[in-house]
Amino acid sequence: MGALTLTQVTKAFGKTEVIKGVDLRVEDGEFCVFVGPSGCGKSTLLRMIAGLEDVTDGEVAIDGVRVNETAPAKREIAMVFQSYALYPHLTVRDNMGLALKQAGVSKVAIVEATNKAANMLSLDVLLDRRPAELSGGQRQRVAIGRAIVRTPKIFLFDEPLSNLDAALRVATRIEIAKLHRDLKATMIYVTHDQVEAMTLADKIVVLRAGKVEQVGKPMEVYNNPDNTFVASFIGSPQMNMLSGAALGITAHTLGIRPEHVAISRDKGSLPGRISHVEKLGGETLVYVQVEGQGLLTVRLLGEYDWQVDEAVYLSPDQTRAFLFDAGGLRIRT
Amino acid sequence: MQARQNLGRTIAAHAVLITWTLVALFPVFVIVVNSFKSRKAIFADPLSLPLPSNFDMVGYTTVMHQGDFFQYFLNSMIVTVGSLFCVLLFGAMAAFALSEYRFKGNTLMGLYLALGIMIPIRLGTVAILQMMVATGLVNTRTALVLVYSAQGLPLAVFILSEFMRTVSDDLKNAGRIDGLSEYTIFFRLVLPLVRPAMATVAVFTMIPIWNDLWFPLILAPGEEVKTITLGSQVFIGQFVTDWNAVLAALSLAILPVLVLYLLFSRQLIRGITAGAVK
Ligand SMILES: Nc1ncnc2c1ncn2[C@@H]1O[C@H](COP(=O)(O)OP(=O)(O)OP(=O)(O)O)[C@@H](O)[C@H]1O
Ligand SMILES: [Mg+2]
Repeated sequence: MGALTLTQVTKAFGKTEVIKGVDLRVEDGEFCVFVGPSGCGKSTLLRMIAGLEDVTDGEVAIDGVRVNETAPAKREIAMVFQSYALYPHLTVRDNMGLALKQAGVSKVAIVEATNKAANMLSLDVLLDRRPAELSGGQRQRVAIGRAIVRTPKIFLFDEPLSNLDAALRVATRIEIAKLHRDLKATMIYVTHDQVEAMTLADKIVVLRAGKVEQVGKPMEVYNNPDNTFVASFIGSPQMNMLSGAALGITAHTLGIRPEHVAISRDKGSLPGRISHVEKLGGETLVYVQVEGQGLLTVRLLGEYDWQVDEAVYLSPDQTRAFLFDAGGLRIRT
Repeated sequence: MQARQNLGRTIAAHAVLITWTLVALFPVFVIVVNSFKSRKAIFADPLSLPLPSNFDMVGYTTVMHQGDFFQYFLNSMIVTVGSLFCVLLFGAMAAFALSEYRFKGNTLMGLYLALGIMIPIRLGTVAILQMMVATGLVNTRTALVLVYSAQGLPLAVFILSEFMRTVSDDLKNAGRIDGLSEYTIFFRLVLPLVRPAMATVAVFTMIPIWNDLWFPLILAPGEEVKTITLGSQVFIGQFVTDWNAVLAALSLAILPVLVLYLLFSRQLIRGITAGAVK
């Protein structure tokens, strides 16, 4: 059990409105990811769900019960922070067991719950150490373990992997995905990492400046963006945005993903000049300066020997293009 | 090249520090050394070490027999420790409230509480005395503790609130989610992390209190509540001063502060913050 409903939720710090009326429903057992540029209010929204930040207006409900006035500890949620936030004076075991101890659970039950969680995350050997004696990755696993021990209705993660190095990030990401499958709990996860968002989410919520821009399954959001913001925010490298006027079409903007642009030495609709080439092994990114359109990205699978300053022609695959109106909204035909 | 330059710098830095240490310790050294000498030797050669020929404990014996010196010590200790306790506890609590909670007038309140740093409390001596007379607190140690708490709080609130702002919000929030009360968060999570700042405040608060002559003289000159600084004044007369006794009393008065300082400085150095966040 752990469905979350937000109804017209707003948050203002003094006079500045940071969350501007968010409606959202997260089903029980769903993995929901909040993405958005820095400062758009992801953490604030998460903290409001946790009860760490007052709701200025609107309603937060868990399992249909309004929790606006409920203290964080009483909401049956658990939160994993970017900075781990382990208690420095407690051992790993006590860190993980503190919430249950506060809730008045018996010692035996606490030990059992702690051992079970430690087992899941292979923390068994670390149980008697203090946070200062752990590596970054181990600390984050303890923080996740502390969340599991509480068996909350909803797990909240605020960029839990951003302090880890690349390899550890992948490993922990897989661990979190596995955890979600095993526990079947509702999880809400904040990140600005594309890959984390796309791979973990059942549902992606794209936020901009305190407003929800689009909600949907990762592939829906990727393949069917509602507006230019979502189109260029989801997907890496970014979608190319071409001016419709220069192309001679009625739409204001034509969006095309870099993998859907063909590049050729002798024929194509857009003449340009290569300004930079990035070879990543599995793929090659070619940046082409096009008259009247600016810098466009072409993504090619495999290795190619394009030279900087070479004159080339680009042809966007019209069947894969997205059209947007002057307000940035998608024109669906 | 780099290493040599660093060595040169290290030597220069240490030379400056050692010079400063010598300058700072010199008066203390002179006091302690001379307290063990006879009166004649003090004036004849103030810088020489006590030799068997001029060694004399007369200062200490005078101090021990004149008045109830042990009681004066105890009074100073009670007043200093009591004030320190109040300043640290209430200062830290006010600082926590100012740095942690958003409420109307937060900044104004912070400024108001810090105002005392700029206004010397002695300006209010007459009013304070009237207040103490009205409440019947004249000639009590409580009066001194109250006044010194008021004197120490502004700086304590100011320094501690700056430090408390640096304590990770995530840590406090994790505590809230785990069901810790605000008091537990304050005492168990935040205070240990600002221990170095607390120690700094403690040292800065303690020394002026221990050394103060003004308020003991005005508010608590009674024999049973006299502090050590006031007690030593009996040896300084308008016409004759018993230097042996004065120096002995001063030497003895250094000891308790030294102990307190050592206690706090250990806290200053020990950092248990590692591993809390990041
Ligand atoms: N206590 C506060 N007082 C005033 N403004 C705040 C406060 N906390 C956050 N804000 C503002 O709210 C906005 C959203 O902040 P938030 O931390 O939610 O962003 P975010 O989406 O999590 O960004 P990031 O990806 O960088 O973590 C920011 O513009 C920030 O300046
Ligand atoms: Mg954030």
